[in-house]
Amino acid sequence: MTTPSPMPPEYYELLDEIQAIDFVIVELNLYLDTHPQDYDAIQQFNNSTFQSKKLKKEFEKQFGPLMHFGRSYSTYPWQWDDQPWPWQV
Amino acid sequence: MSHTNTKYYYPYISPYDPCNPIVKKSYPTPPQLYLGFQPPNLPQFETAKEALYSGTLWPILYDKYKKHD
Amino acid sequence: MWYYEKKLQYPVKVRECNPRLAKYLIEQYGGADGELSAALRYLNQRYTIPSKVVGLLNDIGTEEFAHLEMIATMIYKLTKDATPEMLKEAGLAPHYVNHDSALFYHNSAGNPWTAEYIQAKGDPIADIYEDIAAEEKARATYQWIINVSDDPELNDSLKFLREREIVHSQRFREAAEILKDERDKKIIF
Repeated sequence: MTTPSPMPPEYYELLDEIQAIDFVIVELNLYLDTHPQDYDAIQQFNNSTFQSKKLKKEFEKQFGPLMHFGRSYSTYPWQWDDQPWPWQV
Repeated sequence: MSHTNTKYYYPYISPYDPCNPIVKKSYPTPPQLYLGFQPPNLPQFETAKEALYSGTLWPILYDKYKKHD
Repeated sequence: MWYYEKKLQYPVKVRECNPRLAKYLIEQYGGADGELSAALRYLNQRYTIPSKVVGLLNDIGTEEFAHLEMIATMIYKLTKDATPEMLKEAGLAPHYVNHDSALFYHNSAGNPWTAEYIQAKGDPIADIYEDIAAEEKARATYQWIINVSDDPELNDSLKFLREREIVHSQRFREAAEILKDERDKKIIF
């Protein structure tokens, strides 16, 4: 066993983009919980969700699964428990 | 009168107070105290990254915090 | 059912190995107004509150777990590889002899987390007002931690968490209006 090599700059860049779009989704989600009739916000929520899914597909191709329990695919061998974990990067 | 979210008060200062008195005390009253039920279609930060780094999607709810030493 | 996503909600960067800051941050990990208390408080209230506000409690409660993970990351990074001597100097010797550098759900004074921190009255108004107060108290705690921290990169993440308390407070205030059922009257133009 050796120390895993540090993540490349592209990891941080792509992660940052995902964090940004997912943050917009969280904000719209909480807003819609108290404003269920806001049509524009629902549209923006759906567009942002589409964007997020696209970015995550790209991220996972390069850096492995973001989610477990069948929300992401795995190559061989099982990738889920690969380092780094979010608190390590 | 212009509105500010920082409010002030002046506590009584005793001649026997041991610490150097802070004459004017301040406290924040952040924007959620004034907004009421958020109206639809308020302006948003231009980009998702700007929203993330501000901690909110809406500038009206953004409250800059300056560290006090 | 919950799913885990292998990412933080917001980047956590720490400039220097500084266990003293970890001692302060523990307050938001296992303290009364910390993120664990918040998550458990809201998720627990979901079962006995009118359905119009269940979604909000569910979602804010879930977001609080992401904040708990950010706080844990800060503590982890601030103490990772710190020597026993450094921990001692930071006032963390009592923590060290019991837990090494393991995280533990207690506050910065070392009191273990207790269910007494999370209120559940079963009265929707009492519970939502409790939640608004909890958000304001957590916001204040972040202010005091930022004031005693001199790590600008850490403070950036703490300011994000402080702003989230503001947004949550805003949503809970709206939930209180929804519970009063006055909302439709107010938004007629």
